[in-house]
Amino acid sequence: MHQLHQEITVTVDGISYERAVEPRTLLVHFLREDLGKVGTVVGCDTSNCGACTVLVNGQSTKSCSMLAVQADGAEVTTIQGVSDGNEWHPVQSAFKECHGLQCGYCTPGMVMSSIDLLNENPNPSEEEIREGLEGNLCRCTGYHNIVKSVQRAAEMMEGAK
Amino acid sequence: MTEVVDVGTALGRPIKRKEDARLLHGQTNWTDNIQLPGTVHMAILRSPFAHATITKLDISGALAMPNVVAAFGAAELGDLNASVPCVWPVTDDMVAPDFPALAKDKVRHVGDAVAVVVASDARSAADALEAIVVDYEPLDAVIDMEKAISPDSTYVHDDKGTNTCYVYNLGGGYDEKVKEADVVVKRRFINQRLIPVFMEPRSVVAAPMGMSDEITLWSSTQVPHILRLLLALVTGVPENNLRVVAPDVGGGFGGKLQIYREEILALQLARKMGRPVKWTETRSEDMVATHHGRDQIQDIEIAAKSDGTLVGLKVDLIANMGAFLQIITPGVPLLGMFMYPGIYKMGAYDFKCTGVFTNTTPTDAYRGAGRPEATYAIERIMDELAAELGMEPMELRKKNWIKHEEFPYTTIAGLTYDTGNYELATARALELFDYDGLRAEQKQRRDSGDKVQLGIGISTFTEMCGLAPSRTLGALKYVAGGWEHCTVRVLPTGKVEVITGTSPHGQGHETAWSQIASSILGIPVEDIEVVHSDTGRAPYGMDTYGSRSLAVGGQAIKAASERLIEKAAVIAAHQLECSTSDLEYINGVFQVKGDPEKAQPLGAVAFEAFTAHNLPDGVEPTLSAEATIDPQDFSYPHGTHLAAMEVDTETGKVTLRKYVCVDDVGIQVNPMIVEGQVHGGLAQGIGQALYEGAFYDQDGQPLNANMSSYLVPGAPDLPMFITDTTCTPSTTNPLGTKGVGEAGAIASTPAIINGVVDALRHLGVNDVAMPATPMTVWKTIQAAQGGK
Repeated sequence: MHQLHQEITVTVDGISYERAVEPRTLLVHFLREDLGKVGTVVGCDTSNCGACTVLVNGQSTKSCSMLAVQADGAEVTTIQGVSDGNEWHPVQSAFKECHGLQCGYCTPGMVMSSIDLLNENPNPSEEEIREGLEGNLCRCTGYHNIVKSVQRAAEMMEGAK
Repeated sequence: MTEVVDVGTALGRPIKRKEDARLLHGQTNWTDNIQLPGTVHMAILRSPFAHATITKLDISGALAMPNVVAAFGAAELGDLNASVPCVWPVTDDMVAPDFPALAKDKVRHVGDAVAVVVASDARSAADALEAIVVDYEPLDAVIDMEKAISPDSTYVHDDKGTNTCYVYNLGGGYDEKVKEADVVVKRRFINQRLIPVFMEPRSVVAAPMGMSDEITLWSSTQVPHILRLLLALVTGVPENNLRVVAPDVGGGFGGKLQIYREEILALQLARKMGRPVKWTETRSEDMVATHHGRDQIQDIEIAAKSDGTLVGLKVDLIANMGAFLQIITPGVPLLGMFMYPGIYKMGAYDFKCTGVFTNTTPTDAYRGAGRPEATYAIERIMDELAAELGMEPMELRKKNWIKHEEFPYTTIAGLTYDTGNYELATARALELFDYDGLRAEQKQRRDSGDKVQLGIGISTFTEMCGLAPSRTLGALKYVAGGWEHCTVRVLPTGKVEVITGTSPHGQGHETAWSQIASSILGIPVEDIEVVHSDTGRAPYGMDTYGSRSLAVGGQAIKAASERLIEKAAVIAAHQLECSTSDLEYINGVFQVKGDPEKAQPLGAVAFEAFTAHNLPDGVEPTLSAEATIDPQDFSYPHGTHLAAMEVDTETGKVTLRKYVCVDDVGIQVNPMIVEGQVHGGLAQGIGQALYEGAFYDQDGQPLNANMSSYLVPGAPDLPMFITDTTCTPSTTNPLGTKGVGEAGAIASTPAIINGVVDALRHLGVNDVAMPATPMTVWKTIQAAQGGK
């Protein structure tokens, strides 16, 4: 089977990994099973839920809809790489402050999508936040506090400039 | 004796959650994250037919596939093929078919488990399923509930000779009482089938631990304690050898209140193979193999005097059990039985429920479990009765609801509501909603013939929470109790463990339970660890469902904390050379009254209890206390929910413009968490009204059993919610709490549909089926117009 594997080099959360993977391996399975990056989770098998969202070269990407071999040479940021040490990313802080999570399963994807959303649009309206997070499903919060979290993060990031 | 002082620093405050740090940093311990050395992975071959005879099952092809370790059909599994149990035989003659972990001779719903492959990795196991040969001889599928109980139906379980699981009756006085009525309104409501769709798919790991005979089973479950007991009973694994852990669990909503066949298989194969066995479902598997909810046909009849005074209510349900009975499948409609009269006074109530087998995924508890169905029926028919009488729907409710001075009030269904104030919650909701302003706009839109019509939906609901008093559950033939346990320990370093029998999966128990303990112990919230969801560390418990964790489990925390202070006071008095009556306990410190210099913090008392060098005679070392609390009665949260619905009469598109709810959940431990629970419940209730529904074709093929076509509401589908609370403390528990987990889901569905119908009533519409999709609404308008 090994000859079917393909060598890839992927930087994940600042560390460069060289691995041989089956070409059919999804990026999310590569992250979870080959690298032990289990902060990124799988919520569906139809690319609807967005729980597995990561940043690939800075763009939010559902890691279930990309093959690991397609990430060859890319820089991937997961929920485990958005803050270093004790310093929380403003989006993480805002989600805690505004109670933007309950069970927390959608949270890794929700945070990564929110980071990308705010990178592209630092001052989104409520409608723009809702549309921007359309690809991330949450079953616990009804989105009310998620929207508030993103609004709060926008304030905090504005303030940080 | 020492006065226990409620320092009140933690209770009632919107403290940010302890859970969030790990959840926000990807450091959460989901079951699927567990990767033990030597683990083998299960994949399950599922039936593509709703009903078929298995004429051949050959697993040999799978065994020849790469990385496959073993494969089993029912024959190969033999005695290990244990059955899924049902613990709620609601009647003595209830029909309870065998539900083996692997199907034996027949498959009975799409997704029924036929064979299991075990391989060294999950993908190889899934690949090998395709090498299994199964020959099916398809049989007629029983899908329609009414056809299922007609005489010429095929049987889902032919050895039973019937598709009727049970018939349950309550009451009996309606037919006599209805003679006093001036108006009788009848409706048939369809409370459609829903899928829980918790975000974390189910996952289980079972591993022999190599220490003694212990097997540890990690599962994404709401009920580790119940699961341990039932797994022991059905598999024969000695209960004392089995440890069940629910690590971080990503939502449940009733869907993980279950013992699933995959948990049985993982445990049995781990025993047989002597190595860790793991299984994680795909979402598409989840949607056919995780139990579904709701699915009732509700024939409702309400009778009233011409002035609106209610005379009686008659409820005739057909409830879909699905193909098999799971843990409390037959009991779910009976939880609703008590709630059909809602908050209203009436003279008669007849209830009948017929449980029916069909070739569909089994149903069981889903957020509210019976109570949303009941609330939908009563709140919908109150609007229909108001229309028939020409009354304002809120006026009809006010005329009939239990007035605040009438509590405690025993309803026609036999429950005694302890406290409530419907007038207060309603007044606040009307104010927040601008009810009069919206009614004026509605009239203006009607008068002008606007293509977008406005409707106002009302739901004044109550529910029974805090499941439950054990005696009551026993009287209903449920085979377990409803108590809850807590042990509080102060460790030698002064840190505190609150060991609870509840099992959170998003509710924030680690934070809220710390607040309860902190308010009594005077120890900061951050120095308290809540230990839960592990039968090894928290051995006693009845877990989390039915909005019971605070109303029942919270009492146990309070009682155990108070008992701990009583014990600590005896030691502190000995240390301070005074009597316990000379002590007062303030902010975690015992002080001699009038002499605050003479003081002993709780941590120092705990260290003394640990060293045991100088304990008073008769006092045992260590500082801990426990309490097991059986509640005296349920609690009854209530609220008034109002929805402003815009309906485009040309396209059928429905827009939720404004949603206001004022809930009375009694005393709140953490208002931030309460509000979050309400929001999430609203989203699920609105989901049922407008978006969700699991449907089958006539052959029993699921039409939308995946996340692409089963429409869980997304962020653009919902508005910001306007929420507020009123508070009448419950008198059935010393904390005065009521429960909030299900309120939003119960109340919102009828509010939404009442609003849609209200927008269209002048067009001749008097009901809209759920989910109220644009096509359904448009067709309903067309039918009403054509009928004119």
